[in-house]
Amino acid sequence: MKHLLFATTALALSATGVLAQDVVRMGTEGAYPPYNYIDDATGEVAGFDIDVGNELCKRAELNCEWVATDWDSIIPNLVSGNYDTIMAGMSITPERDVVIDFTQNYLLPEPSAFVGLSDDVEIDGAVIAAQTGTIQAAHVTEIGATLVEFPTPDDTISAIKNGEADALLADKSFLAPFVNEDPDLYFVGDDVMLGDGLGIGLRESDGDLKAKLNAAIESMKADGSLNTMIVKWFGESSPTF
Amino acid sequence: MFEYCVDPSVLSDSRWMMCYLTSPKQLAFYTSFGTVLALLAVTAPCALLLGFLGAMASRSHFPPLTIVGRGYTSMVRGIPDIIFFLFIPIAVDQGLEWLRHHWRCPDWTEPIRRGSDFVVCADAKLPLSSASTWIHDLYGITLAVLAFAVVFGAFAANVLYGAMNSVPKAQLETAEAYGMTPRQSFWRILVPQMWVYALPGLSNLWQVLIKATPLLFLLGVKDIVFWAREMGGAKTSTFSYPHPDWRLYYFLVLLVFYLLLTSLSERLFRRGMVKLSHGQATMAGEQQRKAHAA
Repeated sequence: MKHLLFATTALALSATGVLAQDVVRMGTEGAYPPYNYIDDATGEVAGFDIDVGNELCKRAELNCEWVATDWDSIIPNLVSGNYDTIMAGMSITPERDVVIDFTQNYLLPEPSAFVGLSDDVEIDGAVIAAQTGTIQAAHVTEIGATLVEFPTPDDTISAIKNGEADALLADKSFLAPFVNEDPDLYFVGDDVMLGDGLGIGLRESDGDLKAKLNAAIESMKADGSLNTMIVKWFGESSPTF
Repeated sequence: MFEYCVDPSVLSDSRWMMCYLTSPKQLAFYTSFGTVLALLAVTAPCALLLGFLGAMASRSHFPPLTIVGRGYTSMVRGIPDIIFFLFIPIAVDQGLEWLRHHWRCPDWTEPIRRGSDFVVCADAKLPLSSASTWIHDLYGITLAVLAFAVVFGAFAANVLYGAMNSVPKAQLETAEAYGMTPRQSFWRILVPQMWVYALPGLSNLWQVLIKATPLLFLLGVKDIVFWAREMGGAKTSTFSYPHPDWRLYYFLVLLVFYLLLTSLSERLFRRGMVKLSHGQATMAGEQQRKAHAA
């Protein structure tokens, strides 16, 4: 009897262990529409990253929960184990790959664009705003312009309107609604292609989760459901798999 | 909230505003005021307790305790607050997870620190990954309270230490002459009388604590500053309620909130001071006695 009791307790304990592991906490920023933002109607995160993430979790049979966090601390919080993945419109870059691991891309590289208060701003030698720690910020330093960094994408837009910067650089799909709806904002110069597309960020030591998510991304690419979501959020002109 | 809020784009201005102000996202902003008030309500007693212990330790005649008490106050007061706010939550979180890891998963062979990764077994996670969101939030707030209590406790310790030394020596000598033990004279004579000397310093600290709550945002707690920034930013038609940059108005609301809070507490402290001065050999107490006699 005693043994039986032990056996059931052990079973119950190991069962909860498995359950606990199956919850995957997904880190996102929640301030970069249409990739991820906080929805007015629910007060929860929504967007392309969240749509794709939820579908991936369903296919990988994981129980996912979203955590919104500051962009600045999004990688440190991942490596110290506060959540298990990053899906925040984060491009795969060699610099980030040193610290964290990425799955295969779930979105092909999309153009980034400059925006200014008129369409004849000279990018060479201009003061350009970008969000801290983004590929756009890295690109601005490479082209030799003066970079001013801001903690959120919203702040870069206000910087243009306040005249703190001559232009800003960000993903075009984030900027397009602003330029369409605000008569003061214009796209400037040519688009630039940066990064290797968006990937899910993971801890280097989390090989199992990486394999599961990669398999789920494969299956979404294979049956075209990923393309459907890309078209839903970014329009027909967006590159699909 | 209201039925006509289903499609905000067709609403008239006043109805649009009603819907906007009652949207779930806006409600989260209102709730965050409660978070800040709750934090204040919990942190202040914790900091006071730590301060009291610190002051007692500093006054102790037992050298190791004195060193601990004085070391705590001068160290925390000398190091920038923000370093403690960033350091304590990370250090406590990883420390607790490390301890739980060794307790719960003794047969785990892989290292905890791998490169920049900090990996403990799933059972040692704090809180467990399977815990619901509010537990994670509560855990974050608890760590924040701890950080605030440690920092403000050090300042409170210094204020209380000074207040304890301000109680007239004659009072304590009289207590001794009556045959009270040091412990009795501490609790019956010193502590009841020291508050009147401590209150001005403590009220100052409380005001600083109120003003420091925006640091919560730094610790990942979604407080009023987070929401004001998030809600105020310009919203395009991706959102149900598009609007231009309204951060100015949101921050104005915060300004009014903090001003109300500080002016209210100032009034309460003034009342407390009147009460505590009653019968004291201080200037305020003396004035009260004379006013009463006249």
